[in-house]
Amino acid sequence: MHLAYPAVLSALLFCTGLYGVLARRNAILVLMSVELMLNAVNLNLVAFDVWLSKTAQDTLHSGQALTLFTIAIAAAEIGIGLAIVLAVYRNRGTSDIDKLRDTAETDDGDDSDDGHDAHESAASTTAEKAEATA
Amino acid sequence: MSLAAVAASPATTTAAETNGFLSPTGVEIAFLLVGLVTLGAAVVTVTTKQLVHAALWLVVTLGGLAVEYLLLTAEFIAWVQVLIYVGSVVVLLLFGLMLTKAPIGRSPDADSGNRWAALTVAIAAATALVWVVVDAFRTTWIDLDGAAAGSTAVTGASLFQNWVLPFEALSVLLLAALVGAIVLSRKAAANRPTGSTALGKQPAGTDPATSDEQPSRQGKEGAR
Repeated sequence: MHLAYPAVLSALLFCTGLYGVLARRNAILVLMSVELMLNAVNLNLVAFDVWLSKTAQDTLHSGQALTLFTIAIAAAEIGIGLAIVLAVYRNRGTSDIDKLRDTAETDDGDDSDDGHDAHESAASTTAEKAEATA
Repeated sequence: MSLAAVAASPATTTAAETNGFLSPTGVEIAFLLVGLVTLGAAVVTVTTKQLVHAALWLVVTLGGLAVEYLLLTAEFIAWVQVLIYVGSVVVLLLFGLMLTKAPIGRSPDADSGNRWAALTVAIAAATALVWVVVDAFRTTWIDLDGAAAGSTAVTGASLFQNWVLPFEALSVLLLAALVGAIVLSRKAAANRPTGSTALGKQPAGTDPATSDEQPSRQGKEGAR
């Protein structure tokens, strides 16, 4: 098999995931796009490992070992990521990452932030931080 | 690195893919077809307006990738992919969509306003990557004959002969991820220590910040 087939497919999958990460608004869809990018990397690793295991004399099968590690780390990442998204949803009532612009936690967070301008809400959050530190 | 190869990148892709092998083998044709299905499902995953459908198309993408691993004779990776990704990650994502009360049906605000910038970045990255990869590996073939490069025996032997220490470190990482996910998703865990320290100063139940906020929020969630 020509090596360009899996390499091109993984490059295109990676860029599809890149588009999803940049363009999606829901945090869980962003996590799905991150999974797409990780899978593209996995395909690359497997393809190059199969290529090198036949051309090199002795191989450590590092590509496949790294693929297994990537899969395990991706599983851990999706668990932690979903726990974070659920915690954010429980606290803020939304999983829309465009609305999670400030890390300051207010009582009536999203409702008051929608009406204000960006600099006004930033000013209010800095005022609240000043109140909290005072 | 001929000049014709660097003329235009999409033309480079097709030219190198059709001229690189005048007679594509059956494995290559199968890889190409499954790859088209996989890429199409991935594109639908990142562009569909229905959130649950995105997760279901992700199943098609990951399953197609498992078939690609099988075509590359990496059997163990393929079944691990099916077990972990299709079996657990997509189920986790669907549970996450349900728990955040994602709307069933079309949601018009699934894409943010910077999708055109995102599309520009993605197309530029795809062009650069495909150009470089095709130009670099134009004359490289994978030898798929002979013994499978990724059968369970080969993968297990290399994993437990050469990669034991990272394997064990990975188990520690999984344990840390398990503990972290449990800590993050416990409901009252964040308020418990401050409540217990405040308990020494005030009698229980008169702390309005913790005792009144939490039941109202839970009642709101239960009513939704």
